[in-house]
Amino acid sequence: MTEYNFAYLDEDTKRMIRRAILKGLAIPGYQVPFASREMPMPYGWGTGGVQVTASILTPMDRLKVIDQGADDTTNAVSIRRFFQRTADVATTEHTAEASVIQTRHRIPEERLGAGQVLVYQVPIPEPLRFLEPSEVETRRMHALEDYGLMHVKLYEDIAQHGQIATAYAYPVKVSGRYVMDPSPIPKFDNPKLKMGAIQLFGAGREQRIYALPPFTQVVSLDFEDHPFDPSKADHPCALCGAEDSYLDEIITDDRGGRMFVCSDTDYCTTRREGDTA
Amino acid sequence: MSQTHILSGGFDSPATGSAQAFRAAMEAMARPGTIETLSGGTGPAPLSDAAATLLLTLCDTTTPLFLGASHDTDDIRAWLAFHTGAPIARREDAQFALGTWSDLAPLGAYATGTPEYPDRSVTLIVEMPELSNTGAVLRGPGIEETTRLNLPDPQAHQANRALFPLGFDCFFTAGNRVAGLPRSTDVTAQPVAAEEV
Repeated sequence: MTEYNFAYLDEDTKRMIRRAILKGLAIPGYQVPFASREMPMPYGWGTGGVQVTASILTPMDRLKVIDQGADDTTNAVSIRRFFQRTADVATTEHTAEASVIQTRHRIPEERLGAGQVLVYQVPIPEPLRFLEPSEVETRRMHALEDYGLMHVKLYEDIAQHGQIATAYAYPVKVSGRYVMDPSPIPKFDNPKLKMGAIQLFGAGREQRIYALPPFTQVVSLDFEDHPFDPSKADHPCALCGAEDSYLDEIITDDRGGRMFVCSDTDYCTTRREGDTA
Repeated sequence: MSQTHILSGGFDSPATGSAQAFRAAMEAMARPGTIETLSGGTGPAPLSDAAATLLLTLCDTTTPLFLGASHDTDDIRAWLAFHTGAPIARREDAQFALGTWSDLAPLGAYATGTPEYPDRSVTLIVEMPELSNTGAVLRGPGIEETTRLNLPDPQAHQANRALFPLGFDCFFTAGNRVAGLPRSTDVTAQPVAAEEV
């Protein structure tokens, strides 16, 4: 622990990131550029989220890290251990006990509220990037609030597939102004984006930070005749029986056997423990 | 003024002290109108502890700082130079500005960002006699329904809101208390007669 500055990053870097977080909160949904640092993990493993977490962490925090809802996958375990080692911070797997939750691609099922911060790892922060490769152009489109291209893309989905085919990283409009990529969370999670906790998004390779203050209005883009549908697999969880949680499909053998289980491991475990108690 | 006063007043533990201070500042900016406790730094009078702590947490050699007349003293300049190294700048060039509300005017002089980069804008640290959840009504991101804050000039924030996504953002400080008011907040001035007594 003593070999590192508290939470790994140097104080100049943390100040720079903290200033970016404050501007991000002041302009919800706008991507603030920041001077992303090299971290001791490869890009794509959550370097943006880790830098944001490192900049907000205090010694009193209790940290939870999830990767696609699970506390026990490689990415989650390695990031949790990183902060145990560099910040000596307490950790937990229980959503309700955590004050800071770093997540890759999920919002926990349990409602988040005051005193909690959700930090997202973001691969591609620019929702318009796959429609317009030029950063100069996409920046101008955000400046002019010119989101016609995104609506054309959603319309073409309907024309080709009969429905909007985007199932994750489903674009949202924040507080009536900026179109934002909510990171690759399933669209099932989109309605939860309006919540009582602070949400911070960090993209390390792309060097962007953005934020949603609590209770910010977040609307998933849709059309009057094709309203947004936060769909999920039409099964209960095979382990805990939950019908309201997002499910992963698990292949169990090579003869087509499969089961659907909660992606949020803490939610599922807590429900099963509740049954046996 | 003794030299030791200039050299003292920093965080006891810079890494963890600034981390705790930032969390309070972040909560304040994320939940406009919420009054948070902010301490750890102490500067020469008339600098409040909350403002001193904010400056220690957010300012360094890369952040030009404007000082309003009330706070443009030799002691405060020396304290800032030692603890933050922030260059003292004109309103136009400032990334942060410190002073009382009347000292910070004219507000039109500050950077409000550009349409492509609205984040390149000033953050005002406004020293207040006191903070209370009375007066102007606030709505917007970070506020569940409505809240109130005793803003010195609600009209200025309405004009600032009209510039969105451009604009300035504010921290209001008094003693060891801080409240945030980002550009995204809708401010409704409350007639004096309608205020609770």
